[in-house]
Amino acid sequence: MKNQILGVLIASGLTLLGCTKNSTSENANEIKIGEFGAMTGPEATFGQSTDKAIRLALDAVNAAGGVNGKKIRLITEDDQGKTDEAAAVVKKLITQDQVVAILGEVASSRSRAAASIAQQFKIPMITPSSTNPEVTRGKDYVFRVCFIDPFQGSVLAQFAVKNLKAKKVAVLKDLKSDYSLGLTEFFMKKYKELGGKITSVQNYQAGDTDFKAQLTDIRGEKPDVLFIPGYYTDVGLIARQAKQLGLKAVMLGGDGWDSPKLFEIGGAAIQGAYFSTHYTTSSPDEDTQKFIKAYKEKYNEIPDSLAALGYDAALILVDALKNAKDLSAAEIRDAIAKTKDFKGVTGKITIDADHNADKNAVVVQVEGNELKFVTSIGR
Amino acid sequence: MEEFLQHVLNGLNLGAIYALIALGYTMVYGVLQLINFAHAEVYMLGAFSVYYANRLFHFSDHPGWQSFIASLAVAMVVCSLVGLLIERLAYRPLRNAPRLNVLITAIGVSLFLQFSGQALFGADPKLFPEVLRDAQLMRFGEIQLSSFDFTILGVSLAAMAALHFFIQHTKVGMAIRAVRFNQKSAALMGINVNGMISVVFILGSSLAGVGAVLVGLKYPKIDPLMGMLIGLKAFVAAVVGGIGSLPGAVVGGLLMGLCEEMVAGYLSSTYRDALAFGLLIVILVFKPSGIFGKSQVEKV
Amino acid sequence: MALLKSAFFQLLLFSLLLAAVSKGLLNPYQQLILTYVAINVILATSLNLVNGCCGQFSLGHAGFMAIGAYVSGMLSFYLHPFSGALQFLNFPLYAVAAGAAAGVAGLLVGIPSLRLRGDYLAIVTLGFGEIIRVILLNMESVGGARGLYGIVGPQNLFVGSVVAFFMAGATWTILWRLTQSSYGRAFLSVREDEVASECMGVNTTRTKVFAFVVSSFFAGVGGSLFAHTTNYLNPSSFQFMKSVDVVIMVVLGGMGSMTGAVMAALIVTILPEALRPLQEYTGLDLRMVIYSLCLILLMILRPQGLLGTREWKDLWIWWKQRRRA
Repeated sequence: MKNQILGVLIASGLTLLGCTKNSTSENANEIKIGEFGAMTGPEATFGQSTDKAIRLALDAVNAAGGVNGKKIRLITEDDQGKTDEAAAVVKKLITQDQVVAILGEVASSRSRAAASIAQQFKIPMITPSSTNPEVTRGKDYVFRVCFIDPFQGSVLAQFAVKNLKAKKVAVLKDLKSDYSLGLTEFFMKKYKELGGKITSVQNYQAGDTDFKAQLTDIRGEKPDVLFIPGYYTDVGLIARQAKQLGLKAVMLGGDGWDSPKLFEIGGAAIQGAYFSTHYTTSSPDEDTQKFIKAYKEKYNEIPDSLAALGYDAALILVDALKNAKDLSAAEIRDAIAKTKDFKGVTGKITIDADHNADKNAVVVQVEGNELKFVTSIGR
Repeated sequence: MEEFLQHVLNGLNLGAIYALIALGYTMVYGVLQLINFAHAEVYMLGAFSVYYANRLFHFSDHPGWQSFIASLAVAMVVCSLVGLLIERLAYRPLRNAPRLNVLITAIGVSLFLQFSGQALFGADPKLFPEVLRDAQLMRFGEIQLSSFDFTILGVSLAAMAALHFFIQHTKVGMAIRAVRFNQKSAALMGINVNGMISVVFILGSSLAGVGAVLVGLKYPKIDPLMGMLIGLKAFVAAVVGGIGSLPGAVVGGLLMGLCEEMVAGYLSSTYRDALAFGLLIVILVFKPSGIFGKSQVEKV
Repeated sequence: MALLKSAFFQLLLFSLLLAAVSKGLLNPYQQLILTYVAINVILATSLNLVNGCCGQFSLGHAGFMAIGAYVSGMLSFYLHPFSGALQFLNFPLYAVAAGAAAGVAGLLVGIPSLRLRGDYLAIVTLGFGEIIRVILLNMESVGGARGLYGIVGPQNLFVGSVVAFFMAGATWTILWRLTQSSYGRAFLSVREDEVASECMGVNTTRTKVFAFVVSSFFAGVGGSLFAHTTNYLNPSSFQFMKSVDVVIMVVLGGMGSMTGAVMAALIVTILPEALRPLQEYTGLDLRMVIYSLCLILLMILRPQGLLGTREWKDLWIWWKQRRRA
């Protein structure tokens, strides 16, 4: 009896396997672009926002005839928010799906892991929102369309000193993320240059739920500002616990906070906090407003800066594909590198010699369920 | 000094929750000699059941004692049902199998629940509904005592006291103690062993449900993998206290919470997980039966 | 003639042949999957030595794999005696070093732990596995929580496959010979009845520790191969789940059967990849759900796994008997 049940199970398993043997059909009239991101996991809104915007852009391109007559096919992979999974799916995109270029990711640690794979296999990769300089350093096949953390850290330090008049800052950084560590380093450097005092640097790990120990220590130091260069899920919880402990410091952060879920997770505790990001929905630019309208119509939500950057990255890639002499990796890479004054929804984008983009940063404040524009800071 | 007291308070709170979950582990081990790896997932399902119940009944719109008790009831009922199901479907067929097989099955059930949870609920974290409003009650200098702290400690202690009373002063409790002592003799005395084991699972799972609601209040982020780490630490707490011993689980849990908080506060937060296992190894090398356990002599 | 009969030469031939066949028949991604199969074969057969042959339940295999992987990765940054066409010779070197480090760790972990029995041993090994991971997580010098980037690998997929198959074959050969030797007898006796074997003069502690150290050595070798195949290491790849993966392979194959461990490694590596299209159709990742369900059903319906304690020789005999009947 037992063996019979087992036999049936094995047989059904094998049939299932047989059904899945159909490999995806090849089409010479298509250009395959790979995309990877965190569609699930603690930073799921990053991947989902970027993906939605990229699809919006590519659908529009395909509707207008594609690139030189060929339609673009987007193959998306979920890295589940894990760094080793990011490396694995990018390898799969390159070796099995044989994409000509890759778009992704938001989190710098995952982009960095994927970038070294893309560089190894010599496939061009554009990250829309990763800000850590290591992602593109020394890799001629990897590009980004956003600013980098040395700039962002400096912007935040200036904001802390000039706008928040902060004399003492405590830092609570995420040990698991390149982004957090890098941003901390650059912020601290500029802040100390401007004469500020760092009271302490505490650590947590992404995914922790209890920060009371670190926050208790910080509370004792009575800082003016608490700098939390992390991702929105943890930041929301940290804010709640800080308020529970009666911590009075103003909270400041970077673009990792940018997510519609920040308001939900942070609740009342995150109100009034400030963070830097890549664009603001109140921008007067016409293209930006058109993008926001189209995104709202299709997805019924307001695009965050990750979506805006995803949109720009996709369109820059398409632009490069159109300008490239052929679809070989080296030609696409050169075409991307030549991008100059591209009019994106997050501003004018020029890819510099380090494969990074030189743009302004925008500082916003959390007000209700929205972000209020405070100031824009350039180089 | 104030900081130290705040750390102690934090640690006790954390420890109370570990104790609640550790009790579940220790009770099942006592009667079945089985490490119920799936207990952590029962706890996770309790938290999610309240989340979804809230979507239906909207407790969080009227935070207060009634909502709190309602969510406790929901969690306890759902957890008990899940615990019973697991026992019936996965553990009972293997009642006479070698212990290794049951251990592996327990791991399998745990993984199954985790990943089904991910597939059903989605892997992104959700926010536990606010069924109770937090209020700053007292201040001693810098130390904040919020109503949550009292609630957590109070409810945990009440649950543990109720369990103690049940096990020590009722007939069913006596039957459970008998099964724990020796299954065969208990059966000979006319005790429904299967029924008693089911009761043990219900009790343990209900406590996990209570723990889930309390954790949800304090750390509102819930996701399908939340059970794993807290389950592991609670299990270590049970072993440290002496697995099979109820007071051991409580003491182990509180100890674990305090140590973790001290390590996180004075050393570095990244070592808190290592502490749990370090404690485990120290205990197992020097006193494997735990603080309250009795060393067993193996007869050949 | 003696050369042709030597195990080393046969292994080399086998690896070259297998790699050539796979290169001819499969696309690059599938060749990569076969390399993962080789890694899992090494892990499964080495864990089988402790769990299956020796009867000690260890849940910490991932920790030793991690040590091997990190040692191998770090070593490859500083030491590369061979380069150019002979670069592939570096990898056996790294593997041996990684294995040695993992073996030492196995000794340190085994001596205090192996006094415990059954469940307690499982918990302690689980604890050690996690402690190793947390230590690696906190060591900035090996990348800490962000991981170790840019580890070199073999110069191309073919060479990589040859190296992987060679190492898997070597692991199998060494472990097979071990189980057929007097040490293997000692393992089996400890598994069957510890008290009785102690009475018969088998030093059970030494035997258990020996099995543990050998198993850890090969876990380190597997980790080394893993590091050079994935080119990126992160402590989160070596969590408890990884140990459970290897345990599943050993249990599925049949605890104590080396052939079973190899078959199970093959199935367990290929199954998630074969099920990937299911994820695309349904939008949900049901692979792990199916995985764990299979484990539960396996333990309830067929706890001895695929082969029980039988090996390929027994299968061959069984097949011939059936043919005759």
